[in-house]
Amino acid sequence: MDFTLKIWRQEDANAQGSMKEYKVTDISAETSFLEMLDVLNQNLIEKGEDVISFDNDCREGVCGTCSLYINGEAHGPKKLVTTCQLYMRSFKDGQTIYVEPFRANSFPVVKDLVVDRSAFERIQQAGGYVSFNAGGAPDANAIPIAKEDAADAFDAAECIGCGACVATCKNSSAMLFVSAKVSQFAYLPQGRVEATERVLNMVNQMDNEGFGNCTNTGACEVECPKGISLENIARLNREFLKANVVPK
Amino acid sequence: MTTLNSKIPEGPIAQQWENYKAHTNLVNPSNRRKLDIIIIGSGLAGAAAAATLGEAGYNVKVFYFQDSPRRAHSIAAQGGINASRNYQNDNDSDYRLFYDTVKGGDYRGREENVYRLAQLSGNIIDQCVAQGVPFAREYGGTLANRSFGGAQVSRTFYASGATGQQLLLGAYSSMNRQIKAGKVKTYNRHEMLDVVIVDGKARGIIARDLVTGKIERFGAHAVVVASGGYGNVFYLSTNAMNCNATASWKIYKKGAYFANPCYAQIHPTCIPVSGEHQSKLTLMSESLRNDGRIWVPKNIEDVKAIREGKLKPTEIAEENRDYYLERRYPAFGNLVPRDVASRAAKERCDAGYGVNKAGFAVYLDLEDAIKRLGKDVVKERYGNLFDMYENITGDNPYVTPMMIYPASHYTMGGTWVDYETMTTISGLYSIGEANFSDHGANRLGASSLMQCLCDGYFVLPATISNYLNEDIHTGPIATDTADFDKAEADVTGLIDKLFAIKGSKSVDYFHKKLGKVMWDKVGLSRNEKNLKEAIEEIKVIREDFWKDVRVTGKSNQFNNELEKAIRVADFLELGELMAIDALNRKESCGAHYREESVELDGPQKGEAKRNDKDFTYVAAWEYMGEGKEPKLHKEELTFNAIELKQRNYK
Repeated sequence: MDFTLKIWRQEDANAQGSMKEYKVTDISAETSFLEMLDVLNQNLIEKGEDVISFDNDCREGVCGTCSLYINGEAHGPKKLVTTCQLYMRSFKDGQTIYVEPFRANSFPVVKDLVVDRSAFERIQQAGGYVSFNAGGAPDANAIPIAKEDAADAFDAAECIGCGACVATCKNSSAMLFVSAKVSQFAYLPQGRVEATERVLNMVNQMDNEGFGNCTNTGACEVECPKGISLENIARLNREFLKANVVPK
Repeated sequence: MTTLNSKIPEGPIAQQWENYKAHTNLVNPSNRRKLDIIIIGSGLAGAAAAATLGEAGYNVKVFYFQDSPRRAHSIAAQGGINASRNYQNDNDSDYRLFYDTVKGGDYRGREENVYRLAQLSGNIIDQCVAQGVPFAREYGGTLANRSFGGAQVSRTFYASGATGQQLLLGAYSSMNRQIKAGKVKTYNRHEMLDVVIVDGKARGIIARDLVTGKIERFGAHAVVVASGGYGNVFYLSTNAMNCNATASWKIYKKGAYFANPCYAQIHPTCIPVSGEHQSKLTLMSESLRNDGRIWVPKNIEDVKAIREGKLKPTEIAEENRDYYLERRYPAFGNLVPRDVASRAAKERCDAGYGVNKAGFAVYLDLEDAIKRLGKDVVKERYGNLFDMYENITGDNPYVTPMMIYPASHYTMGGTWVDYETMTTISGLYSIGEANFSDHGANRLGASSLMQCLCDGYFVLPATISNYLNEDIHTGPIATDTADFDKAEADVTGLIDKLFAIKGSKSVDYFHKKLGKVMWDKVGLSRNEKNLKEAIEEIKVIREDFWKDVRVTGKSNQFNNELEKAIRVADFLELGELMAIDALNRKESCGAHYREESVELDGPQKGEAKRNDKDFTYVAAWEYMGEGKEPKLHKEELTFNAIELKQRNYK
């Protein structure tokens, strides 16, 4: 298969970026999207040109590093996958493909397609944990947890922190990301103790980082590679309301 | 010359760890805040250690090349984590987990370390549950377990097929809490490029800021390497793209011995190679072997028809299928250890029974499980793995058996450490996959997560005070010294040298070439002739690399090509050491299979043959300088709590 690629190039955070056109030829349908970019980069090296920088690591859909906006969709056209799990069989031979970074004011570009998502780190640091020192934990079976609650907590905890929700949202809202962590702990007895501080601190940090608000378009859920449900945002709102109105 | 002192505590094996903790030197809480610790790597071992040392009151700096600690490759571990809790009432115990791990490692691990690992395994689960890790549960609300290879009990705790992710996020969350408390400081997109030794002690590192390219100095009273294994030496592996051995290799060149480099695990159940541009291989969790059956056709005609697309595997009758693991190893069946399963797959494929076009694949079939348990139960257990398989291959595993083949996955070898996880350099530690200690010549499934968290949450935090107690009056480590100057100049010199070559071939070209030699000659099956050839071929590739590699871009910017070049330069040396070690070890043990060392008759005919008389030792290699042969040091292994005997899974 042959493709025309229009790819965002930007020297560094302060430079002006632009779309540049490239061609790749003879790509098999089994090639992954990132492997196709590998081929393009090998061609650039042969010509002595600077390669296109893009974040990637595990290439099995779980580390959350890869972050490409492909033809106007976070992680490309296929649902429930990250960019690394996208294969060229999802495109037509001869197609023109636009490749951009995950864009948001809170995700400044580092270089080309690489963005800085450290705002997510600071939100997690604000409250995404249970305060428990290593050692001295009670027996793991001491507190029974209903199978469904554990499963629901897991579904929320599956968030990989890629930022597709933010890149997709017209408001660059991080509500789905924040709600996933808040929900995980809301389902578990271990998380209830600090529930109030957690939700207040995380939401506060989210606002401080400049992420926009949620206007319930649901685009984040559609593009989330892990299928994190919009219900989590409803739960986040409930937790937030409770924390604000119910005295401790 | 350093002598290898593994510092095993006094007393019977079951009391050693308690004895150690009772007599080790401590640092009192008010002195801990005067002490700085650097950790390289933010995976399970690194993040757990950072969190726990921060909780204890030390000042911790964590360095990792990813943009977030949560990206570390521990996140990709799927199946589970072992613990000897005996929640299933199937006669499990610390001793049995210890026994299975030593036996699974083919009696090439250090038994005292393994015993401690088994003793602490239950605490790990307690800790993770307390952090809010959502392990799978039974309807009564208790924790669920499943079985893994090399064991006859169900002791594996899991969170669907994403156990590594959930455990890492647990450690990450604990670390985040310490970041907020100001006890842990993280340096993302930073790569450690050298350790700085001052008066024989590790006192800091040189790191490159991967965004600005700036070379920076950091001082500390102790340095901990938790940067994972070297499975990427094979180019194609289940490791993440950026997994590398650079931290471990730089410390080797500064005097930390490297132990058992030839013990590299080739995992039996990975998705086979499909194309020439393939950049990595994807694991299908070993947990699938709980319910899955592995087979190839009995008749070579059926194999041909399948390859030509004239026959579907589902059309082959039961009696015409060769469930070769069940046939060869009736006691353990599909749950034999990984090394045994991988070699058995290779044996069938080499005999011509491979079922994909290239002839390098066998079936992993869950049809019986779907019939027995129903699709819903199978989906609940393995749904995300099935989805992943279907997405990559385009085949639906609910309908047709999966195709799998062995791939490089994990390395048991690594930096030599003593019982305290200290290397042969004072104040320099190595934990998690980066060290060599617990898995012998073969790691059992669900034991990697266990070891990483054990080292990070419990072992290192308990042992590091025995070293740091001498540093309470030292004060902050100055970095404006001649030792730091020299280390920084070496790093800058290396980068300049790479850019100056301006050759014609990419870094990947050399990495692929190295990977092919490693896979063909230092892979699943090894012999003297091939290993000698590999050593020569790697030398040639390395010389060519230093003459003809082309590193594009600039040093003072984000530059993945430069990062790769530095890593591949190290792999080109490490690969040779693996071959040297494999050549030295003229026996078959665990993942290291020498074709010359096979049982010739008796009930074990055709199985790997260990040589306990000559090789019951850890091979720890000392770097002697560029172009010089490394020097072999032996740590003799003694087995007091377990009888040294041949593994039997039949």
